[in-house]
Amino acid sequence: MSPGKTSSAVETGLTHLAVSLRAVTKTYDNGVMALGPFDLAVRKGEFISLLGPSGCGKSTVLRLIAELSAPSSGIVRVARHEGEALPGQVLPGHGIGFVFQEPTLMPWTSVRENVRLPLKLAGVPKADARARADAALASVGLADFADAFPRELSGGMKMRVSLARALVTDPGILLMDEPFAALDEITRFRLNNDLLALWRKLGKTVIFVTHSVFESVYLSQRVVVMTARPGRIQADIRIETVEPRGEAFRTSAAYSDYCRKVSAALAPSYSGQSTL
Amino acid sequence: MSAQATATTKPQGVQRAMRLVLPVIVFAAGLIAWELVVRIKGIPPYVLPAPSVIVLTLIKDWAVLSQSLATTLLTTLEGFVAASVGGIALALLFNQSKWVEYSLFPYAIVLQVTPVIAIAPLLLIYLEQQTAVVVCAFIVAFFPVLSNTTLGLNSVDRNLAGLFQLYGASKPQTLRFLKLPAALPYILGGLRIAGGLSLIGAVVAEIAAGTAGAGSGLAYRIAESGYRLNIPRMFAALLLLSLAGIVIYGVLALVSHLVLRRWHESALGKEN
Repeated sequence: MSPGKTSSAVETGLTHLAVSLRAVTKTYDNGVMALGPFDLAVRKGEFISLLGPSGCGKSTVLRLIAELSAPSSGIVRVARHEGEALPGQVLPGHGIGFVFQEPTLMPWTSVRENVRLPLKLAGVPKADARARADAALASVGLADFADAFPRELSGGMKMRVSLARALVTDPGILLMDEPFAALDEITRFRLNNDLLALWRKLGKTVIFVTHSVFESVYLSQRVVVMTARPGRIQADIRIETVEPRGEAFRTSAAYSDYCRKVSAALAPSYSGQSTL
Repeated sequence: MSAQATATTKPQGVQRAMRLVLPVIVFAAGLIAWELVVRIKGIPPYVLPAPSVIVLTLIKDWAVLSQSLATTLLTTLEGFVAASVGGIALALLFNQSKWVEYSLFPYAIVLQVTPVIAIAPLLLIYLEQQTAVVVCAFIVAFFPVLSNTTLGLNSVDRNLAGLFQLYGASKPQTLRFLKLPAALPYILGGLRIAGGLSLIGAVVAEIAAGTAGAGSGLAYRIAESGYRLNIPRMFAALLLLSLAGIVIYGVLALVSHLVLRRWHESALGKEN
């Protein structure tokens, strides 16, 4: 198996695509093949969900795009967004924001310092970085909590901080790995709406990993359903509805139809051979 | 979008007071019983001195004892500082290079498991007395600092480490902004153990030095008073040693609490 390769948009001429994965596979050191071959093209500004059973390699896809791990074979291409970086200045996070399953906050420092971290690591001057951190916090509705410590916040608020931190570098691409899975449903619904509002306002490309059929249909323009390990694409379903979406969509007949369709695509992975 | 901070509940006053009051009551009861037994049975002071006699001796011999206390405390402090700096530095070195860790860690364990009382006489032969005593305190105290710091540096949240990687953090940045803060509770735990242990190390070495007929620390006073059957002074010196140990532990626990109180579970009230 030849080693995989990751290259930037400049040399590959990615124009309308934010992310492109071609024949990508990932085999872990212990010999487990987690992914592939897997193909995926995500347009700039698109909101897509990756949906699939546990262990199907959804998170692996995000880690490959974020260059937190390298593909075993195939090509991963990511269009680097220029953001607000000045010419010659390296953009922190290479134009990618990552929201993990857990809030993943540093418990020993304030909310503001947590959000400022990506800028601090990139050497952005303190005053500037603080202003941008406060702006990011305001965009997720936590302007008043900049000086609080993470433990003083609820689960939903911690997730918002995590989102603010991902947004603070103004990345073109937002990768979200089951960010709301641990939250109660009411908090999740509210965060779903807030995320959609932010997406409409900021025009980021969002790749959202979830194992909730309902969440994926509600949020995304495209739901990519993956098979059980090694993950491949089972179905690629476009969700077309009146934008902007709101609570009315959640109760509409079209929503139920899409949920049924996505569930049907997911069925082989839980009705077929047992993988757990 | 509305959100609210969870209210921090006040610690329960009664329970807090009892934690202080109960040990004091037990202590007072023990002292009274001791005093009564000695007086009723007429036990001579060279067998078992009454608490009142011990206190009087402490006052009478304060000039000698306070001098010795200062000597022992200085030794303890030097041993503690050496152990803290050495333990943390070695743990950082181990964390940076696996090869260094593989090469040296077994010897750290050897140093730890060999009883210091057995090493002390040797050190007293090869080193100047004061240096030997400090080295003993260091040997006893550095291992908990080393192992706790190592544990702390390896306990970094995997996702946080990934985040630092994603944002291109350099090695020094990762160390300073991620690994050291994450290890801090463990380091402070190690220091808390090391404080008491450096006192033990100092005392053990002083006793070994005392058998060689030299010394001026509190442990030496205990040994010397033992030879002279000056039992009340032995108790008085022992009392000072215990108090020193308690103060050292208290100070380190307080420092740990002050540093961690805003974020770490160990420094938060149980009801949170």
